[in-house]
Amino acid sequence: MEKSNYKTIVFSALTIILNLLIIRFSFRFLGQDLKSIIGFGKLGSISVFTGRTIFILACLGLAGSIFPLVRRLEKFINLSFFVTAFVAVATLILWAGIDSKFDIVGLLALSLRLSTPIVLGALSGILCERTGVINIAIEGMMLTAACIGFTAALYLGNIWLGLICAVVSGAVMSLLHAFLSVTMITDQIISGTVINILAVGLTGFIRRSFLIRARLSRTAILPIITVPLLAKIPIIGAIIFTNQPIVFMMMGLVALITILLFKTRWGLRTRSIGEHPEAADTVGINVFKMKYQNVMLGGMLAGLAGAWFSLETTGSFDDLMTNGKGFIALAAMIFGKWHPVGAFTGGLIFGFSDALQIIFQIKGIPIPPQFLWMLPYLITMVVLAGVIGKSTPPAADGKPYIKR
Amino acid sequence: MDVKKIFKLRAGYQDLLIPFLSIITSLVIGAIIIYASGANVYAAYKGLWQGSFGNARTIAETFVSTTPYILTGLAVAFGFRCGLFNIGAEGQLYAGALAAAYIGYAWRGLPHFIHLPIAIIAGIIAGGIWGAIPGYLKAKTGAHEVINTIMMNHIMIRLTDYLVKNPMLDPKASVPRTAYILKSAYLPKIFPGFRLHWGFILAIIAIFLIYYILFKTKVGFEIRTVGLNQDAARYAGMNISKNFVLAMAISGGLAGLAGAGEVLGLNYNLPAAFVSGFGFDAIAIALLAKSNPFAVFPSAMLWAALRNGAGLMQVRAKISIDLVNIIQAFVIMFIAAPNIVRYLYRIRAEREKAGVLLTKGWGQ
Repeated sequence: MEKSNYKTIVFSALTIILNLLIIRFSFRFLGQDLKSIIGFGKLGSISVFTGRTIFILACLGLAGSIFPLVRRLEKFINLSFFVTAFVAVATLILWAGIDSKFDIVGLLALSLRLSTPIVLGALSGILCERTGVINIAIEGMMLTAACIGFTAALYLGNIWLGLICAVVSGAVMSLLHAFLSVTMITDQIISGTVINILAVGLTGFIRRSFLIRARLSRTAILPIITVPLLAKIPIIGAIIFTNQPIVFMMMGLVALITILLFKTRWGLRTRSIGEHPEAADTVGINVFKMKYQNVMLGGMLAGLAGAWFSLETTGSFDDLMTNGKGFIALAAMIFGKWHPVGAFTGGLIFGFSDALQIIFQIKGIPIPPQFLWMLPYLITMVVLAGVIGKSTPPAADGKPYIKR
Repeated sequence: MDVKKIFKLRAGYQDLLIPFLSIITSLVIGAIIIYASGANVYAAYKGLWQGSFGNARTIAETFVSTTPYILTGLAVAFGFRCGLFNIGAEGQLYAGALAAAYIGYAWRGLPHFIHLPIAIIAGIIAGGIWGAIPGYLKAKTGAHEVINTIMMNHIMIRLTDYLVKNPMLDPKASVPRTAYILKSAYLPKIFPGFRLHWGFILAIIAIFLIYYILFKTKVGFEIRTVGLNQDAARYAGMNISKNFVLAMAISGGLAGLAGAGEVLGLNYNLPAAFVSGFGFDAIAIALLAKSNPFAVFPSAMLWAALRNGAGLMQVRAKISIDLVNIIQAFVIMFIAAPNIVRYLYRIRAEREKAGVLLTKGWGQ
């Protein structure tokens, strides 16, 4: 009881301060008759008074964050946190929307697109960790796949072959991870670090030895697919059903892996190895084979995520282009409590903060870009610090299995 | 200090043999890659050697790079001893560099023997604070330090970029950087005409100091106990949270000192384009040294030699400097999985002994 009160007070205090700051911020606009224009794709747009709207929202947020403090109700902490987060984001959007239309549909579509590598990386992590192998090498696998996929697309002249090569290269890197951590019983975090360093060296080597000398420096990017009929649905059609292939694959894989993990025999075996490998072995499950299989499947997912960087967005390869997304994917996985749907939600939050940052920079909001770039990393830390409550990994996660 | 005793720290000739064979094997793999990509292996490795130990200047330069490697390597090794994986040495190094640069140019009118120590200590404290935050978060919320330190690297690199380009910007400079630090905050050179500075001596002192803290004091005993067996430490009445925060603070402080050394002894300002990479290589150095403070020195020297020699290798053999990264990755791989080396060279495994437990899952 003592401890929960302490947590309630700290969290409420933080959210109250943030809401007060937003109210203070709204005074800047209250005097002037500024209007924000918020667009909803093809449905049109609405315009509201900036100052007044922010003020009202922040007052509601303040009420929401004082409430759990007065009633000492711990279960409302998360609610007050999310209300405050909503108020903060809405304030920023209203600010960005002054005198120039801020398109919500565009923001959400961009969020979904940017969340793709994070969600795929998180799925990769889930597959590995549900069989008890920690995978911090997602970053390295993604980087390798981005490089190999692009190189293959460049030399073979076919972007789809490049995509396949990216997935295969992810699998090869994960095979090394499986060999080191399952067969050689190396510390799994170190094995992952080895792969991350190796990936930096390997991709830099390939880029400087082959790609720079290549005749072309760019390939085409994967085409945008419009799902017939469904794409005509207002808002959702533009956000979900008009996308590039890896985004569609990501959404399909979230559903597929959820079903596989929780409704099939393979899923049950996978989860049992992650929780108690000895028991799984006793009932005749081949622990080593399953671990290898799942780590390699995870590597293929990370490979697909890597292909997103080079083949779906830029059509080129740059050093360190994955930029820490593999680690943010791990945070999304922990946020989602090792469940695909939860990881999808986590990935969307990170994608959203990325999208906000990009749009703010385009809009020229006078916040230094460095602070906007920090946003996803800060959010990761806040999320990990337990906004979402306790997140428990599979019981045998990270422990090597030694057959006796 | 008795030399024999130092080697007894983790005794056993295999502890020297396996790293040696790991390095040799990695160099052989490197040679295969050079050969496969059509370059001259002899010219490449000769360039690598001459670029790092060819003459007095390159040797001095190798020691210049060894300095931050020793300090960041010690930082990561110290974390390992407490069961913490500090990937944040890079960010902590930036924090130290920022603080040292600020004190160095903004605090005017102090004599050398006051200004320099203050600048150095500011660097240590800044790095220590930046390291202590993930330690605190792990202790209080269970958030894993691997992810938090990586996030804090990203945050610190952006923060440095912002500070150097805005409040700390020298308006007279043609490229974005801070003002030059004052002469009174300079770390002096050891030999005239060479860039090697007193930071190197500080790094050597740090090795002995860390050895002393870890193995001769109660603080170090607690940290090592927590690192080896948290449950045992808790039963013995040790405060796990306190040790996590303390170990991360000391670890961060060492990395901060590395950053301060780079600014006060080498650059004399902090450019926005400051890229170190030392903090990431430090992980490899600590692993190669098996977290033994004295072994950090040769490991750091090896890494510095590879880093410095790579340039000449590229010129001589037209081979990308990234080859060095690949060689380094293989070195750590073989160190981390000694069974591969044992298999390759038919070495029998030694009797199991209490090793250094490095990391533990996502920690709870």
